[in-house]
Amino acid sequence: MTPVLEVADLRTHFLTRAGVVKAVDGVSFALGRGEILGLVGESGSGKTVTGFSLIGLVDPPGRIVGGSIRLEGRELVGLSQPELRRIRGREIAMIFQDPIATLNPLLTIGQQMEMALRAHQRVSPRAAAARSAQLLEQVGIPSAAERLRAYPHQFSGGMRQRVAIAIALLHQPRVIIADEPTTALDVSIQAQILHRMRALARETGTAMVWISHDLAVVSSLASRLLVMYAGRLVEEGPTAEVLRHPRHPYTAGLIASLPAMAPPGAPLRQIPGSTPSLMSLPPGCPFRPRCARASAACAQMPPLARAGARAWACHRPEEA
Amino acid sequence: MSAARAARFWAEFAENRVAVVALVVVVAMALLALLAPWISPQDPYDLSRLSLMDARRPPGFVGSGGYVHLLGTDPQGRDLLSAIFHGLRISIQIGLAAGAVALTLGAALGIFAANAGGRTEAVLMRIIDLQLSFPAILLALVLVALLGQGKAQLIAALVAAQYAYFARTAYGAATAERRKDYIEAALATPLPAWRVVLRHLLPNCMPPLIVVATVQIANSISLEATLSFLGLGLPVTEPSLGMLIANGFPYMMSGRTWISVYPGIALIILIVAINIVGDQVRDQLNPRLRR
Amino acid sequence: MLGFVIQRFLQAVLVMVAMSVIVFAGVHAVGNPVDIVIPPDATQDIREEAIRRLGLDRPLWEQYLIFAGNLLEGDFGRSFVYNVPVLELIAGRLPATLELVLISVISATILGVALGVYAGYRPEGWLARTIMAVSVLGFSVPSFWVGLILILTFAVSLGWLPAGGRGETVEILGVPWSFVTLDGLAHIVLPAVNLALFKLAMMIRLARAGTREIMLTDTIKFARAAGIPEGTILRRHLLKLISIPIITVFGLELGSTLAFAVVTETIFSWPGVGKLIIDSIAVLDRPVMVAYLILVAFLFVSINFVIDLLFALIDPRIRARRTA
Repeated sequence: MTPVLEVADLRTHFLTRAGVVKAVDGVSFALGRGEILGLVGESGSGKTVTGFSLIGLVDPPGRIVGGSIRLEGRELVGLSQPELRRIRGREIAMIFQDPIATLNPLLTIGQQMEMALRAHQRVSPRAAAARSAQLLEQVGIPSAAERLRAYPHQFSGGMRQRVAIAIALLHQPRVIIADEPTTALDVSIQAQILHRMRALARETGTAMVWISHDLAVVSSLASRLLVMYAGRLVEEGPTAEVLRHPRHPYTAGLIASLPAMAPPGAPLRQIPGSTPSLMSLPPGCPFRPRCARASAACAQMPPLARAGARAWACHRPEEA
Repeated sequence: MSAARAARFWAEFAENRVAVVALVVVVAMALLALLAPWISPQDPYDLSRLSLMDARRPPGFVGSGGYVHLLGTDPQGRDLLSAIFHGLRISIQIGLAAGAVALTLGAALGIFAANAGGRTEAVLMRIIDLQLSFPAILLALVLVALLGQGKAQLIAALVAAQYAYFARTAYGAATAERRKDYIEAALATPLPAWRVVLRHLLPNCMPPLIVVATVQIANSISLEATLSFLGLGLPVTEPSLGMLIANGFPYMMSGRTWISVYPGIALIILIVAINIVGDQVRDQLNPRLRR
Repeated sequence: MLGFVIQRFLQAVLVMVAMSVIVFAGVHAVGNPVDIVIPPDATQDIREEAIRRLGLDRPLWEQYLIFAGNLLEGDFGRSFVYNVPVLELIAGRLPATLELVLISVISATILGVALGVYAGYRPEGWLARTIMAVSVLGFSVPSFWVGLILILTFAVSLGWLPAGGRGETVEILGVPWSFVTLDGLAHIVLPAVNLALFKLAMMIRLARAGTREIMLTDTIKFARAAGIPEGTILRRHLLKLISIPIITVFGLELGSTLAFAVVTETIFSWPGVGKLIIDSIAVLDRPVMVAYLILVAFLFVSINFVIDLLFALIDPRIRARRTA
C-alpha cells in the first residue's frame, strides 16, 4: 500500500533575533490511506509545528528549511502559497485545539461553511447549504439545516468542535491534521468526538495525524504512534506494541506517568526535569539530562534504529 | 530599576537609531530652553532694546543693535532666534508642569479607585471614562475661557484636560497588579494599606505611566501652542512658540513666512522627537510586542 | 432587543441631564457676563435692570431649572452679543461645520482603514514603514500648524486653492451647502484635509494594530487551513472583526472632530459653529457657550447611543447577552 503522506527529514526552524530555534529537526514518517497516526510529545516538543508544516502554514520567523513532504507523491515543500492554498482544505485539512477561537463569532455557521466550500468549488448558495447541512448531520449535529443560521456562541464547545470538523471534512480531504482537538473539551464529550472521528475515518478513508500531549487519548484512537522530543522523533511503532514495550526511556516515562498505570492510592510517577529549551540544546541525545539510563555513549546523537515496524532513537533502549 | 536592567534597556533603545537621534534632539532642545537667557543673542523681553525699525526683517538682516538676525525678526522687532529660544523655554516649562501635575493627580486617583473598590471605584471610573470620551481641546478651551489668561490658569486647564489619561492608565496597571498574589498577601498583613500601595503598587504602575507621560507632555506642548495660537493661551508678555506662530500668521499671506515658519519648525521638531522617544519606550515596555 | 434599546436610551438621557448641570454650573462658576453687555460707566439702575432682564438675580438652582425647561422647549436664550436667539445663531452655522466634519471623518476612516490594514498585513514592508512614519507625523504635528502649511503651500505659493471661506453654496432643503458646487468644493478641500489628517493617522494606527492582532488569531489560521483565499479572508473575516473597534473610534472621533473643527475653522475662516464658539469665548457670550457645549454633549450622547445599537447589529453575542 502506497502511503498517502510521506514526510522525510523535515526541518522547520525559527530564525529569531536571539538565535535559531530548531522546532522540528529531521522528522520522517509515512501515513497510510485511512490510517490514524498519533503524534505525541510534551508542549515544546515540536508536534504542533510539525502539523503546521504539513499544511504549509508556519508563521514567520519560522520556515521549513529542509526535507520533503509528499502528498500522494506530490512534493509540497517549495510550493508557493497560492499553490498550497489550493491543496489546503481540499486535500489536507486541519482542526485546532480551541473551538471557541477558531470560528468567527460574527458570522453564522452557514456563512463560514459556505466560505470554506467556495474556497475550492463553485456552488450555488442552495447547494452549499445542502452540503453543509449534510456534513453537520454527519458529525452528529441535530436539525442541521436550521443550525446553519446560528452563530458560534449559540453552540457548546463540543458542538463548535463538531462544526470545525465538519468544515475540515467538506471536501473529503485525504489527510486531516488534528491538533489536540479534544483537549479543551469535557471528558464525556471528548469520548463522543473520538468515537465519531474514528467512524468518519473508516467511512471516508481519510487518514489522520492526531497530535496530542495526552498518551491516553491518542492510544485509544491511533493505530500507530510517533513520539517526539525536542524537535525529533524518538520512537515509532504500532500503538499496542509501543505501549507494551516502549524502547525509548522517554516513552517509557510517559507511559509510566499515565494515571491508569499507577495502582490506586500510589503517587503518580513523573519524568524528572523539564523540556529543554530548543535554543540551547546540549550536544548528543537531548533527553540525556533527564534520562536514568544515560551513559557516555549518549554524548553522541543517537540515530533512528529500525526493526520491523518499530523505530527508536536511543543508544541504550529499554529491553524488548 | 537595577543598573543591569537599565543597561539592557538602553542597549535595546540604542538599536533604534531614529529613537536615539530623537532623544539627542529632545535633550538638546531642553538644554537650549534651559540656557535661553544666556545663549540668546538678544533679550526679547527687554522692550527698551527693541526697535520697530527692525520689525519683520528677513533672515540675515543686520539690525540697529548691530546683531545679525539669523532667522529674521518678528512684528515687534525681536530677534526671532532669541524669541524661539525663550519660546521653547516657556513651552517646555508648561508641558512639564502640566504633565507632572496631571501625572500625580491622575495616578493618585487611579490607584485610589483601584483600591477603593465597590461603588466608589465604579463611579470614579465611569466619570473618568466619560471625560476621556470628551475632546481634551474643548475642555481646555472652555476652562481657559473661564479661568482667564495666565500661566497657572493655562496649566490648570491642561491638567484638567489630561489627568484622566493618567488615571485610566494607573487604574489599569493597579488593578492588574492587585490581582497578583503577593499584593493580596501584603494586604493581609497588619501593615497599613497605604504602605503596601507605596511600596508595591506604585512602582509597578510607573512604567506605563512614564509612557503616557512622554506622550502627554508632547500633547500639552501641542495643546498649549494651539490655545495660544487661538489667542486663548498665555498673555502676550510671555510668548510661547504657539504665540510666536500666531504673531506671524497675519504676515504669511504677504510672503513674510519666516515669522511663523521658524517657531513652527522648532515646535514640530520638539513634539515629533518626544513622540518618537515615547513610541520606542512604549514598544520596549509592551510585553505583547516582544519576540 | 427592545429592552436593550430602552435601557441605553435612559442611560443617554441621564448623561444628558448630568451634562447640562455640569455645563451650566461650570459656565456660571467664573466670569460675570453683565460686565460685557453693559458699558462700564453705566449707572447702577441700568446695571440692575440688565441683571433682572437676564435673570441673573435669581438663585442658581432656579436659573438652572428655567434653563433646563427652556432647553427642552428648544429655547437656548439670546446671545448677549448678537442679540438674536442662540438656537437661530447655531442652526445657521451648524451645516457648515457638519459638512466639514463629515467629509473629513468619512474620508479619513476609509483611507485610514485601507492603509492601516495594509500596514498591519505586511508590517515588514517598506510601504508599511512609510505609512507608519507618516502617521507618526500626522499624530504629532499640531493641527493648526498643518493648516498654516496647507495655506502657505496651496494658497499662497501655488495659488491653486482658496485659503478661506465657504465659496459658492447651493441651498438644499433651505440649508446652504458647499460641496455641491465646484467653487465650494475647492474651498472645502484644504480645511477638510487639515481636519482629516489627525484622524487619518489615528485610524491607520488603530487599523494596523487591529489587523496585526486579528491575523494572529486561530480564526484566521483556521480559515487559511481551510484553503480560503487571502482576499476572502481579508474581506469577510478581517474587515468584519476589525469593524468593532473602528466603529467605536469612528463615533468618538465624530464628536472630537467637531471640537477640533474649532481650530480648523479659525484658520480657514470657515463660518461654522467652531468659529462662533471661539468668538463667543473671547467675549464671554455665555448663552452661546452653554448652547454649544450642550449641543456637543448631545451629539456625543446620540452618537454613542447609535453606536451601541450598531454594535448589537454587528455582534450577535451582544444581541444575545443584552436580551437575555
